[in-house]
Amino acid sequence: MAMTMTQKILAEHAGLTEVYPGQFIEARLDMVLGNDITAPVAIKEFEKIGVKDVFDKTKIALVPDHFTPNKDIKSAQQCKAMREFAWEKEIENYFEIGEMGIEHALLPEKGLVVPGDVVIGADSHTCTYGALGAFSTGVGSTDMGAAMALGKCWFKVPEAIEFELIGKPTKWVSGKDIILHIIGKIGVDGARYKSMEFTGDGVANLSMDDRFTIANMAIEAGAKNGIFEVDDKTLEYVKEHSKRDFKIYKRDPDAEYSEKITIDLSTIRPTVSFPHSPDNTRTIDEVGDIEIDQVVIGSCTNGRIDDLRIAAKVLKGKKINRRVRTIIFPATQNIYLKAMEEGLLKIFIEAGAVVSTPTCGPCLGGHMGILAEGERAVATTNRNFVGRMGHQSSEVYLASPAVAAASAVMGKIANPEDLI
Amino acid sequence: MKTKGKAFKYGDNIDTDVIIPARYLMSFDPQELKKHCMEDIDKDFAKKVKPGDVIVGRKNFGCGSSREHAPIAIKASGVSCVIAESFARIFYRNSFNIGLPIVESKEASERIDAGDEIEIDFSEGEIKNITKDEVYRIEAYPEFIQNIISNNGLINYVAERIGKENGL
Repeated sequence: MAMTMTQKILAEHAGLTEVYPGQFIEARLDMVLGNDITAPVAIKEFEKIGVKDVFDKTKIALVPDHFTPNKDIKSAQQCKAMREFAWEKEIENYFEIGEMGIEHALLPEKGLVVPGDVVIGADSHTCTYGALGAFSTGVGSTDMGAAMALGKCWFKVPEAIEFELIGKPTKWVSGKDIILHIIGKIGVDGARYKSMEFTGDGVANLSMDDRFTIANMAIEAGAKNGIFEVDDKTLEYVKEHSKRDFKIYKRDPDAEYSEKITIDLSTIRPTVSFPHSPDNTRTIDEVGDIEIDQVVIGSCTNGRIDDLRIAAKVLKGKKINRRVRTIIFPATQNIYLKAMEEGLLKIFIEAGAVVSTPTCGPCLGGHMGILAEGERAVATTNRNFVGRMGHQSSEVYLASPAVAAASAVMGKIANPEDLI
Repeated sequence: MKTKGKAFKYGDNIDTDVIIPARYLMSFDPQELKKHCMEDIDKDFAKKVKPGDVIVGRKNFGCGSSREHAPIAIKASGVSCVIAESFARIFYRNSFNIGLPIVESKEASERIDAGDEIEIDFSEGEIKNITKDEVYRIEAYPEFIQNIISNNGLINYVAERIGKENGL
């Protein structure tokens, strides 16, 4: 049977020559991930199974990134539970404050995921690693607990939608605009239970950071995973970050897709998701006058070095509107360091932004930038659900780093084209 | 197994952030979580819900974050079943894994209104709407999922299996 990229990876990890959509399989795992919110629950479940050790100390990653640096006593307790488990079980990939980062930026950077891997994480944005040509998907804590014991996980083999990307995006359009455009087109359940496979000549025009952003938000269309074909840029990235061997899985030429959608990147405009759903999109030309109180630039979606460079390009020599609180958080310590060396942090601080340590904090309404009643934020994060960043009546507008930075200066949702 | 209770009805795309907001994720104690279940879209849910009640959503129920705290909060509230036209995939897995019954049924999701009295007979595969005097069929679960259900959740299933592999 002709198979998609995802189906081929799953087949090999299940020890099968072929798999078909809808089939239940059990696949071998190359990495199992958890964070300070989901891992404590997984550890409790793991302990119920009654095995002494985890299946492989090198194939588990534990990252305290959500409510860290510990925001209160309860969060500190959760981190402590995870930390003690990590030391006790000698988990190799436990990253304490100082070497940590937001998990989905950190794992690829540390070379822990390579093309062809099967990865599960107790975090919905685990789908990010599809940018590297890996199969990766989010699961819950119980799945993670079972996987830490077994080194395997059950999956229903997904069918796939092909997104053929053609053309080149215009100057201020990045991965975020592309994925918001796609989600706006197909809806938050448009790819429910399916793979989103990104193909076409246009992929070559996207940086790895653009691809991470796109794969990251596949879950916002309901997808099981998002995955890119491996090309020279992927190989260059992997060579720079990892020493592990890997295998490239190419789809069969006659692989079956439930649908094929062609996206001409050159026609995509800077795009904003209005409250309270990522599929409630408008182009920057349609937004009207939306005054804002806060701007957040960062997260597992858009806290990478390219994102910070774009924000700095917009903010250089400008002053942020006095009514807008602007918080910029590099996604990892390495990105933070790079941003410092490149002078980006100076640009941000001189413009009137604060720069935070890596954390998921504000994105999910945890800490470091919570919204009060009726307040509005433009955020480069991934969700704008009711109450996501704070008060139930607050609003989140999802956008790219370029749009977020321009909005910080203008005090309302703004087009970077009008500012530069 | 039979359950009986009143329906709480919600719309499309009920996300896990409204089922249990992140501001309460410093704990995973079911008794703590249930106090805040659904509060951002249904302030009094925790006060009104009674053991046996059902939650009925429309499309893509449980979308968003992978937090297992969402089905845990619903289960701890005493909800006997979540019925929806479709579920987001992580919520779907999590519910079976922790033993919260969920049923995919377009007909039941369309027909049931808030406050309808609902009786579910899982062994017969039937949802009875007593208020409207209607019956909706429950499709059989895939065999793999049935194994997880009959083992009372994924952890027992895995524990049993590992025990067998070790010859216990």
